[in-house]
Amino acid sequence: MSAATVLLIVLAIGAAAFAVAYRRAAGLRPEAGQKLHSRAGYHGAYAFVMAVLPAILFLALWKAASPAYVENAVWNDLPEQVQTAPDSNKSLLMGMVTSIGDGVRRLSDAELEQAKAGSVDLRELFAAKGVALASSGEPYMVPAAVAYNEMTDASVRYSGIGTILLALAGAVYGLTGISVRRRARNNVERIMLWGLMAASTIAILTTIGIVLSMLFQTISFFQSVPLSNFFFGTVWDPRFAAAGSGGTTGQFGLIPLLAGTLYIALVAMLFAVPIGLFAAIYMAEYASRRVRSIVKPVLEILAGIPTIVYGIFALATVGPLLRDLSAALAGGQPFILAQSVLTAGLVMGIMLIPFVSSLSDDIITAVPRAMHDGSLGLGATRSETMRRVILPAALPGIVGALLLTASRAIGETMIVVLAAGVAANLTINPGEAMTTITVKIVNQLTGDLEFTSPQTLVAFALGITLFAITLAMNVFALYIVRKYREQYE
Amino acid sequence: MTDLSLSEGKVAPRARRDIGLRRRYAAEARFRFYGIFAIALGIFFLLALLFTVFKGGYTAFWQTSINLPITFDAETIDPDNKRATDPGKLLTANYTVLARNALAEKLGIDVEDKANRADLKLVSGLISQGVRTQLRDIVVADPSVIGTTRNVWVLAAADVDSAHKGQIDLAVPEARRKVKDQQVEWMNKLSQEGMMAERFNSGLFTFGASSRPETSGMGVALIGSLYMMLIVLVLSLPIGVAASIYLEEFAPKNRMTDLIEVNINNLAAVPSIVFGLLGLAVFINFAGLPRSASLVGGLVLTLMTLPTIIIATRAALKAVPPSIRSAALGVGASRMQMVFHHVLPLAAPGILTGTIIGLAQALGETAPLLLIGMVAFVANYPATPMDPATALPVQIFMWANEAERAFVERTSGAIIILLLFLAAMNLAAIILRRRFERRW
Repeated sequence: MSAATVLLIVLAIGAAAFAVAYRRAAGLRPEAGQKLHSRAGYHGAYAFVMAVLPAILFLALWKAASPAYVENAVWNDLPEQVQTAPDSNKSLLMGMVTSIGDGVRRLSDAELEQAKAGSVDLRELFAAKGVALASSGEPYMVPAAVAYNEMTDASVRYSGIGTILLALAGAVYGLTGISVRRRARNNVERIMLWGLMAASTIAILTTIGIVLSMLFQTISFFQSVPLSNFFFGTVWDPRFAAAGSGGTTGQFGLIPLLAGTLYIALVAMLFAVPIGLFAAIYMAEYASRRVRSIVKPVLEILAGIPTIVYGIFALATVGPLLRDLSAALAGGQPFILAQSVLTAGLVMGIMLIPFVSSLSDDIITAVPRAMHDGSLGLGATRSETMRRVILPAALPGIVGALLLTASRAIGETMIVVLAAGVAANLTINPGEAMTTITVKIVNQLTGDLEFTSPQTLVAFALGITLFAITLAMNVFALYIVRKYREQYE
Repeated sequence: MTDLSLSEGKVAPRARRDIGLRRRYAAEARFRFYGIFAIALGIFFLLALLFTVFKGGYTAFWQTSINLPITFDAETIDPDNKRATDPGKLLTANYTVLARNALAEKLGIDVEDKANRADLKLVSGLISQGVRTQLRDIVVADPSVIGTTRNVWVLAAADVDSAHKGQIDLAVPEARRKVKDQQVEWMNKLSQEGMMAERFNSGLFTFGASSRPETSGMGVALIGSLYMMLIVLVLSLPIGVAASIYLEEFAPKNRMTDLIEVNINNLAAVPSIVFGLLGLAVFINFAGLPRSASLVGGLVLTLMTLPTIIIATRAALKAVPPSIRSAALGVGASRMQMVFHHVLPLAAPGILTGTIIGLAQALGETAPLLLIGMVAFVANYPATPMDPATALPVQIFMWANEAERAFVERTSGAIIILLLFLAAMNLAAIILRRRFERRW
């Protein structure tokens, strides 16, 4: 019985409970002066929830806990010397056992006897049955695999039976005591409220998940690489993760990556902020309603274009254009490379224009109209009003908006992956290639992964650094924006 | 006296105090011009971006094909006549040579003559290697075609396709380009006879990954993206709506709800790549879900989309006027009934708009999918969300890393398709908002 079948049976029991409860409640004949406390549908829903909810929770818990339990039991049954052998790797060995278990299911009895006796090569035997083994396997693994199979089968059987029994019991509980006074609606609504609350905690769980998942990998990274080498190292040269070598041969200096990240973000901001801010000012102050209703959505299309498209625009169009342009200016030798800080920053700047303009537009229009009108009434021109009155008043909000934008620039991935280059240079020439934290995360994590080598784990250390930087900027920015809103509300 | 004073007034009119009006108006005009210039620049970038994409990509929707009268020669397909007993023979037969022979015959080259070897090689170069599977599928589907002659449109090789579209510079010396003079001559001949033509490239939508540009398409990516969008929709819409209802309608104002709120706002601004790290560490390393599966991609994108949906839903719930709530409570509804019977239906258009926009964001997201291994060479359609798959933006990324000219064209073509999807979704959101939004 698979989990899906069990689930279907449980749902069927729930549906039956609903129908029975509904009919019973509808058939109740309240005495004169009394009314049914809850409508029949609520009685039905209560019975349904009672039947389904505990059963599904039980099944989920079982499914989560049983593999670890079974694995542990099988592991303890393995020969002593295997368990204590210095080079024994539990997850690797158990992987072998489970795949042998998979193969054992396809063997005939005679073949199984042979396998147990160790008289045949397991790998060849299973390969013929279509199960690939990582290594040839030891004879003691076969009985362990058989035991493993039996235990998992039993686990599935018992969990199925238990779940269905629980569903039946719940249905019976929900069905007994259906009466005029039963507060079925309140019960159902309380359960719904619990559900709503659970949904709202997902946001917190996600944050906790992000922090914890990266923290554990980061800690194990710092066990092989000292903190100071990571945070103050100026050389990024992780080498390749050679299987089994385990030695920390590479150098993991954060500084060149951080410098590249901030430099590219700076170029992008230098480009996006004037354009975005002036666009916002024009739309808030000068543009007619008609122009505004056309221009604003058109600029916001820029924000809706996926970053991969910008990346390819940079790689295929802007990069070569800048290179050829600089070559023409310098007369031969280009001083801007196709993949460079300038290319990535420029294209990222285009992406950021709508962020700056919409956020600033919102903030500028939130400044009270009276300040604006008062300034004009005193004879100031519109631009003077904007520069001397509105912008100073809106400044905190705009700074917050710019911080939010900058945090987006720092966390941006696809544009820099395609346009910034992969060499971890430390340079101040914007025409050269630099690399960023996000690029290196992608580089270290594509391809074959080994969750024990520092070459893989460093990505998580980089990730948590990135997360910390952007989080600090976001919290600060949101705080400023919020304070600013309160000021004028 | 009076005359005098009058004339005096005329002679020396009091000069207006110079308050720098000219300078100030000039500054005003400059300021205004900066604004217009900034907007023009923004729109120029948008147009430049779209123009380069469409200019480079629209040709990808047409693919050069050759119409060949192919003789399914029993001697070539099954020389030992064993197909009745061994159907595997039909799978391994040399179909490429059938197409080559058909084309050589059209071009007037004697296949049997050993002297024509070099020419025959060039003839083979005109036809895509994908012809093997194409003809094989025809024969396997209907073995009775063996021994007959049929007209079949076969794909031309990628370089021939590029040359036919004029993307290869024929002024380059012959030795340094991939299409030889002889081949160009044949191509012109075939085109004049109407045997070589550009046909709608349906393969772009149906093929999986391939190392040959002409037989690679986005079929797997489309299905992978479809799975992921379904998972995102099924998970994030109910969870997001439930969370917003709790926060907006039920939650007491205390530290816990404050924390949740700050959290949601922050999650909306966390770099997407961090979600990829989360997916890798939690779903793949800890929970043991398969790499490259659309299920994992869907889960990661769900977590990313949730804040967007929650923020949109809360705004939509806030927009429902309190009078509706009071009226519902007044006639005896419970708070749960008030929310689900009255407030939620009125907020539904806003919620759906936010959901569509969130889905559109998720559809274009690339970075987290790279980390969970969706950069995979997947040739076969994924049957379930647990099978390896790719996604539309990831497919674009992978094609962007290929060097061949035909892949460049396909990259832009894929971007056009992605942008069309996004445009359709955003348009749906706008229409939904226009039609159903109520102003109170």
